[in-house]
Amino acid sequence: MWKILGRIAKTGIATEAPPAAAAQKVGAGETASVPRLHQEILDILGRALTIRAVDAGSCNGCELELNALNNIYYNLEGLGIKFVASPRHADLLLVSGPVTRNMVLAVQQTYAAMPAPKLVVALGACAIDGGIFGANYATLGGLAPVLPVDHVIPGCPPEPVDILAGILDVVRRRLPPESVPHV
Amino acid sequence: MKIASLDLAVHRLPTPFPLLHGEVRVSEWSAAALAIAEAHGRLVSLWGRDDRRGESGHFVMSAVYALTGGTLVWLDLPLLSREESYPGLADIYPYVIRQQRAVADLLGLAATGESEEHADSRPWLAHGAWSADYFPLRREAGERTSGEWPSASDYPFVAVAGDGVHEIAVGPVHAGIIEPGHFRFSVVGEKVLRLEQRLGYVHKGIDQRFQSLPASEGYRLAGRVSGDSTVACAWAYCMALEAAWKLPVPPRAVWLRALLLERERIANHLGDLGALGNDAAFAFGLAQFMRLKEDWLRLNKALFGHRYLMDVVVPGGIAGDIDANGIEGLLAQCVAIEAGIRELHDIYDEHAGLQDRFLTTGRVTTEQAMALGLTGLAGRASGIARDVRLNFPAPPYTELEFTLACKSGGDVAARVAVRFDEVFESLRLIRQILRRLPSGMVREELPSLLENERPGGIGAGWIEGWRGEIFVALTLAPGNRIARCHCHDPSWQNWPVLEHAVIGNIVPDFPLINKSFNLSYSGHDR
Ligand code: SF4
Repeated sequence: MWKILGRIAKTGIATEAPPAAAAQKVGAGETASVPRLHQEILDILGRALTIRAVDAGSCNGCELELNALNNIYYNLEGLGIKFVASPRHADLLLVSGPVTRNMVLAVQQTYAAMPAPKLVVALGACAIDGGIFGANYATLGGLAPVLPVDHVIPGCPPEPVDILAGILDVVRRRLPPESVPHV
Repeated sequence: MKIASLDLAVHRLPTPFPLLHGEVRVSEWSAAALAIAEAHGRLVSLWGRDDRRGESGHFVMSAVYALTGGTLVWLDLPLLSREESYPGLADIYPYVIRQQRAVADLLGLAATGESEEHADSRPWLAHGAWSADYFPLRREAGERTSGEWPSASDYPFVAVAGDGVHEIAVGPVHAGIIEPGHFRFSVVGEKVLRLEQRLGYVHKGIDQRFQSLPASEGYRLAGRVSGDSTVACAWAYCMALEAAWKLPVPPRAVWLRALLLERERIANHLGDLGALGNDAAFAFGLAQFMRLKEDWLRLNKALFGHRYLMDVVVPGGIAGDIDANGIEGLLAQCVAIEAGIRELHDIYDEHAGLQDRFLTTGRVTTEQAMALGLTGLAGRASGIARDVRLNFPAPPYTELEFTLACKSGGDVAARVAVRFDEVFESLRLIRQILRRLPSGMVREELPSLLENERPGGIGAGWIEGWRGEIFVALTLAPGNRIARCHCHDPSWQNWPVLEHAVIGNIVPDFPLINKSFNLSYSGHDR
């Protein structure tokens, strides 16, 4: 127990400032303040942002970076962003890979299970246009043929800061009014 | 030449490890498989290719075996008179069943003559999402992207009957951020009676895609067969290409490739050690190890331009070099990370709750492991003391001092322990490499032949990746073209063993057992 506490004390707080979203970048190196991000996410969604990630044929490189994004340097949950297991709890669908035909059904069902308004983000070169795998008998060559894509995050794989910036970007670009449900 | 007890016409290929290649007749195909098994050799990989040219040529089946003396043997079986079947090998090597099913899916060649117990003609990679008579690796297939597409169909899982038996279906989309696959459990209460996997969800036609890439560019695709093993697979690809084209590789590049391979091993082990703690409800472990891993990846980026080292191993050498500052940075990081890991090692060892979850969970005995063909890291945790770096050493491993990590427990605890030992051993290797790094250039320019003058040929690569043995077989056509590239991931052997490892365990331990193997979906599904 003492060793664990000692290690925790030694590690301290390693969290770094979040990146500015691409759309909001004013000067180089600008970083967004955490309270402002919180407020923006709340203004737009009314609550924290929840993400369901689906691997639709990735090489696993994009998933490695999603997992890295969950490490303490990026303090994702501190920003109010959380990966969830159930699509019913998700605001945003993050899809990686060139979208294999064997995964199309699962991707469509995951999307259908999400409550509106739903955001869809294509993560990585493969989900954008098939990347190195292209389109063939086994893949669709990206997410666009299956779902309406709101935003893309390029990279192979996109690094955690790029993913974070991309997520913040899509949140900041307000949803078109027609997709916001009237309750 | 005598192979096991057989006389076969084989010749040595110019690979940096001993590899014999030859052609066999149908009768010799099965006889060789049997003789090699009797001499304690094993099947590494099986694949097929289409060598038909108009009226001439054949389909060809290939198998590669590892012999106990540290030699690989690659045997080709041409299927004469346009036969579309070959003698199956599953009665001798049961773990080849899924590879044979993949050959049937991709090339339309059937394994025949096997006992009922081992015959399985269900499609494996093909889920019905392209037509059943479309075989992507046949010449006439072309690259199909348009037309009508059927939707994926159901799979005939084996049902378990009995009092109180019910099924739990999981996937392809899992709860966490991991790759997709389907697991069908038959359980009584909490206890698992049977697990059947269905994989192939991330099949993306890589084998066909290789055929449309220039051979000199194929390393990039090889490096994305399984993103977590990019160095291992790209190195194996380059090894194959360099053998086929007889390209020299500067010594400094060979040593740096080993540096990258060991860094890849450590990066993955750090991630797994954290995740294994987390799956046993010890979130502290995940936080700590992921921090160490992040530091590790950031130095990769700073020195080699990519966090996972993609596209750094290239034909003829490596892209980029390190200077004295880089070497110092790498050595300093070894010291810092090692101190952190030793501390966490003690904490893991002394944590009763963790050990309670790890010990005896997901056990594979040495006898089972031998029979089922378990390989790589998981094999070493079940007492199978094999490692390409030791048994088939290619430079620079021929000159490095190396101790094999091996445990006999075969449970989650053993797979955790092997990872810890391998991290420390890889750190030792990295220090040796950095201290003795040869000087000189890091990349031989590709011969300035015109592209269409590049010769055809064959070559192979064989690398101990962090998960296990990665084998690449490359058949080149003249003019910088790939006729066939087969990348074999050790997960082909190890996935079926996972089905055995969970029997008798409780369902909630499955994520932990699964993570302790951490097999590749993408590398398997291709
Ligand atoms: S974008 Fe790159 S890292 Fe991501 S799945 Fe595709 S090949 Fe892998």
